[in-house]
Amino acid sequence: MSAELLEGSEALAKAMISAGCRFFAGYPMTPFTEVLEGMAEHLPEVGGTCVNAESELEAVGMAWGAAAGGARAATGSVGQGLSLMQESIAEMCFARLPLVVLNMARGQGDYFQATRGGGHGDYRTIALAPADLTEAVSLIQQAFYFADKFRNPVLFMGDYYLAHVIEAVDIGPVDFEALPDKDWLLDGSTSGSGTARIISPLMPVKRNAEVFVEYGDYLETSGDKIAAIENGMEPLFESGHCEDADYVVVSYGTPARIIRYAVDQLRSEGVRVGFFRPISLWPFPSAALTEATRTAKAVGVYELNAGQMVDDVRLSLRDKVVESIGGISFDDSGFGIAPELTPARVEARIREEMANLSNEVDA
Amino acid sequence: MSGALSRGTLVIDVERCKGCELCIPACKPRVLTMTTDKRNEMGYFYPELEPGCTACHACALICPDFVFQVWRYDEAVAVEEEGSER
Amino acid sequence: MSEILETATPPKRKAKLVDDFEPSLILEGKHQLCAGCGEPAALRSTVEIIDELGLADRAIGVFGIGCYTSFSPVLDLEVLQALHGRAPSLATGLKRVQPDSIVFTIQGDGDMVNEGLQEVIHTAARGEPVTCVMLNNGVFGETGGHMTSTTVLGQRTKNTLEGRDPKQHGFPIRMAEMLAPLDGVAYVARGATNNAGNIFQLRKMLQSAFEVQRDGLGFSFVEILTMCPTGWFIQTGEAPDYLADKMASYHQPGIIKDAREGA
Repeated sequence: MSAELLEGSEALAKAMISAGCRFFAGYPMTPFTEVLEGMAEHLPEVGGTCVNAESELEAVGMAWGAAAGGARAATGSVGQGLSLMQESIAEMCFARLPLVVLNMARGQGDYFQATRGGGHGDYRTIALAPADLTEAVSLIQQAFYFADKFRNPVLFMGDYYLAHVIEAVDIGPVDFEALPDKDWLLDGSTSGSGTARIISPLMPVKRNAEVFVEYGDYLETSGDKIAAIENGMEPLFESGHCEDADYVVVSYGTPARIIRYAVDQLRSEGVRVGFFRPISLWPFPSAALTEATRTAKAVGVYELNAGQMVDDVRLSLRDKVVESIGGISFDDSGFGIAPELTPARVEARIREEMANLSNEVDA
Repeated sequence: MSGALSRGTLVIDVERCKGCELCIPACKPRVLTMTTDKRNEMGYFYPELEPGCTACHACALICPDFVFQVWRYDEAVAVEEEGSER
Repeated sequence: MSEILETATPPKRKAKLVDDFEPSLILEGKHQLCAGCGEPAALRSTVEIIDELGLADRAIGVFGIGCYTSFSPVLDLEVLQALHGRAPSLATGLKRVQPDSIVFTIQGDGDMVNEGLQEVIHTAARGEPVTCVMLNNGVFGETGGHMTSTTVLGQRTKNTLEGRDPKQHGFPIRMAEMLAPLDGVAYVARGATNNAGNIFQLRKMLQSAFEVQRDGLGFSFVEILTMCPTGWFIQTGEAPDYLADKMASYHQPGIIKDAREGA
């Protein structure tokens, strides 16, 4: 398929359909609304279903039911709506169900929600954060692949920019390795057979199974499942100019696109600055970050929040100076738009930080 | 009970019984009675059957613990014939 | 005193099995619910009707959280275990992607009317072709007898010690009557498990509800009044009359809506 000029929200909807998503449920909230509109328009064209849920609680519940029925299912909202979904997201991890959840976030205040979660119990969700639409239409298809592969919800982080920037993108299907058939799905066919299936956060099998697993024992296997994901996927990242960098800038999501440009500009002027962008926020690319910052005297974490991802960078780089750089731009709209996040401003900030670095080294 | 017929009978899994007594008023011919001296392994009194069962399965419908298996005789049995041979 | 018959083994004379200990769709009848509980009879009736209608090989139960949840691992039916209050939305998603299946939910009054009231109302209003079953005992049985939204006025629970007072605790919700007027709803009935006659009526209601779903006529709902002597703080033998006198006088059994032609 060739590239098509599309607005981000519609491109995301079409890419999800290319990935085989056939069930979507949502409750309007800008800028997630625009993705919901895209799914409502395009899912019926392929025989899929898009339901206008009465709230985010029901949206995730419907997607849960559809996932249990074996469909590739997705839902989403912005961070506020995802707060309402946390209970179900956690339980779907325990029930071993795949799901893709979009957070069309307002700014970057939801990093903790995405990587720590607001739900209960021992669970983790893979969290993927693209920087631009070209990457997003591929990464969201990978989200469905990861969800099915690990039978675990996957978060996809977008925002107002991703929803509304118009770019020429190829939204055709992306190939991933073949996955086994869903021999666990519910369609009623095993009812009355003596070995009827169960999908439950409380237990993996019925009472008459050869090996019954008690609730407490099942809960303890949640930890094994987290390890299985960490061992089963390579964390995703992008890095540039890091080989001899004195200072490495770390950022994620659409702001990273602007920050990456600023770093490129500084490099072209001979400034020894590097760029590192986690694409999977969990699992966090700690080993790659350690390698990328080998020569750096300091690391700056540029995010549009009061400092959240900086925790993961510090956990990865325990013997480095890691500074949280917030306050580049504040959202003056309520939709997560950062009008002062310009290359010039970012460049100036990086120069300022690197000047301090030289002063410290000189002193 | 003279002239009463048993149209069926029960197998009672007394070890499952929790002694709730819901079956006693449920039984229209009033042929179920609770033990007053014997208890099961869990320590509960349990129901016993007297002649005159109609195999209506009301006891099985209401029993929370699936204690009853209900059989309907091909031919009704007069009370005086009942006994060890069922 | 009449003779006590031997009831340890099946009869030797020719006889037909009317009822086995548990129906074929219950794998293991032994459970840990309290003596005199009304929920096992309600569940037995539900799965037996599914079997009798020949729907067993395409039925899926979506379970809420309550005492009845202990049946989710022992049914020989596919089970999707939901969170407290959330079964109707899971049933919606499941039915939408598996439209040939027969999807039913099992929830208690705390689950459906307290935690998840909007779920069932919207599922009903959308006319989702699923069957929602509510086991209504008027208390949170699993937590030990606390007030729910269906607890009748004057009823003593652990958090309405002097009885439910409308000034303090509000009025009960009549769930079946609330759902019946919605356009998407094809069948609504309220049955009870407090005597065999009511259970017989209940089975006819369940049969109608599943026929409505099978025939794609819309949303169907059966509320079942069940005994909870533990949560009502009474003797097991008193529970059937308590249900009749206290509960059923407010939540009256009967067929409340049947939108089928000729019904």
